[in-house]
Amino acid sequence: MRARTSRRKSQVTSPKSKVWTPSFEIGLWDPGRKSRRSGPAPSRRIEQHPILTFENRGSVGFFFEGRAMAGRQGETIAAALAANGVRLFRHAEKTGRPRGFFCAVGKCASCLMVVDGQPNTMVCMEPLREGVKVERQSGRGKLA
Amino acid sequence: MKQTDLAIVGGGPAGLCAAITASRLGAEVVLIDDSDRLGGQLVKQTHKFFGSKRHYCGTRGMDIATTLEQELRALPAEILSGTSVVGLYGGSVSAERRALQETRVQGSTGSGVQVPESQNPRTPEPPNPFRGVLGLASRDRFTKLGFKCLIAATGAAENNVLFQNNDLPGVYGAGAVQTLMNVYGVKPGTRVLMVGSGNIGLIVSYQLIQAGIEVAAVVEALPKIGGYHVHAAKLARLGVPILTSHTVLSAMGKEQVEGAVICRVGKDLKPVARTARKLKVDTICLAVGLTPLSELLWQSGCSMVYVPELGGHVAWHDENMQTSLCHVYLAGDVSGIEEASTAMLEGRVAGAHAAMQVLGPNPDAKRVLTESQAELCAIRKGPFGDKAACGKARLAECAPATGTVPARGLSPKPTL
Repeated sequence: MRARTSRRKSQVTSPKSKVWTPSFEIGLWDPGRKSRRSGPAPSRRIEQHPILTFENRGSVGFFFEGRAMAGRQGETIAAALAANGVRLFRHAEKTGRPRGFFCAVGKCASCLMVVDGQPNTMVCMEPLREGVKVERQSGRGKLA
Repeated sequence: MKQTDLAIVGGGPAGLCAAITASRLGAEVVLIDDSDRLGGQLVKQTHKFFGSKRHYCGTRGMDIATTLEQELRALPAEILSGTSVVGLYGGSVSAERRALQETRVQGSTGSGVQVPESQNPRTPEPPNPFRGVLGLASRDRFTKLGFKCLIAATGAAENNVLFQNNDLPGVYGAGAVQTLMNVYGVKPGTRVLMVGSGNIGLIVSYQLIQAGIEVAAVVEALPKIGGYHVHAAKLARLGVPILTSHTVLSAMGKEQVEGAVICRVGKDLKPVARTARKLKVDTICLAVGLTPLSELLWQSGCSMVYVPELGGHVAWHDENMQTSLCHVYLAGDVSGIEEASTAMLEGRVAGAHAAMQVLGPNPDAKRVLTESQAELCAIRKGPFGDKAACGKARLAECAPATGTVPARGLSPKPTL
């Protein structure tokens, strides 16, 4: 019983309490530091890479929850959403908890969304098409 | 219904090598892969391979994928990409396999490599030359494919690990992170906590830094770094802390990951009180191992064995990559979690042996078979091949008839 209490306490340690500290900076949680950056969000596309080059084979316009967004030719819907900063793809059927993708290779079914009215589409495998309407799915989804 | 000698499921390193080998030996081959691009997980591997020249050392995984794909496209094999296998139908021929085992035991010379030439394993030929049918679903249609031999090279799926909020968006598998940044050029986040210090965890951490993403720390529950020293050293030089005997307790955030709580663990791998720390990260990347994707093999009815060293349930198989059903082979991670280099060799073994089963004994096939088997042994004798070699040895101890070990109360999965 005592061990349990102490563990719970340890999750809300105050800086004064004597705890183990690493000998290097690992960027501890500091809510005061939150608004360090202002202005436009930095690009989520990799601009420079020592090995790879990502050529833009053309922009593809699509809609997410009615909002117009742009992705790139040859990528999946999941990649285009991630590039636009969308991480929440659906709400789970029983718990309603938020879900995004997990495996990104069509194995885990965590990324099911409604694509052009078709629910349960694995967006990590579905190629992005011009004008496609992508919506978050809640629960099992209904066939149109 | 379309029919073929050899159906190969999975277009990764193992499947591609099996298809290339079998097709070169003259077998009719259909390769099925669910993604639009062949190469499996090789397409996102930007690191150079180790080993000898024959195992593509010094070549990046993605270049190996291109090379293998070109090799296969130059051969008469049929490639069905963007197609998923959704079912396996057809009778089992385990009786036949048992007969084959008996002939082997009688004429055994100890090495067990050669197929007895005097007694062709195909006799007696089953009434229907097609021993099974695969159900294939592509984007707009469902088709069937009859086959004489099946090679399952389905690979593996990433494991999750138990912690609070481990389902939040922003908790990604290491492979997913690799796909996003190395295939599509999209950053998965800005600051990442890596869980697991095996080779995948270390390599992906390094690739994240190459892509301009910060890695807050790598946590490893065991007291020792799991992966190669070279990979860990690269990270250490870049100032990334690798925290051994640490684990992730929970992910913070409501709709997506906004932070992580890590803590120290004791020798019993249980969290140590008063060591919890909060890390400001927006992505938690899990590199905590893989599980073989053996649904298709469960469905085929071959003997399955639980071998922890190989990642979970694997189909019992011999040194020819043949399961307890003589027309079902397997290769790559589905036969036990290893590396791409061993997957390619296993693919060659399975491809050569299956081609021999379909076309009859052939000196070329035999040569490929023995060479690849010898190379596999050599790789597994290396300092890091221990685990797999140990797992394969445990597998060999089980006879196929007693292969199904219902360990840890797990029951066979009925369907896909």
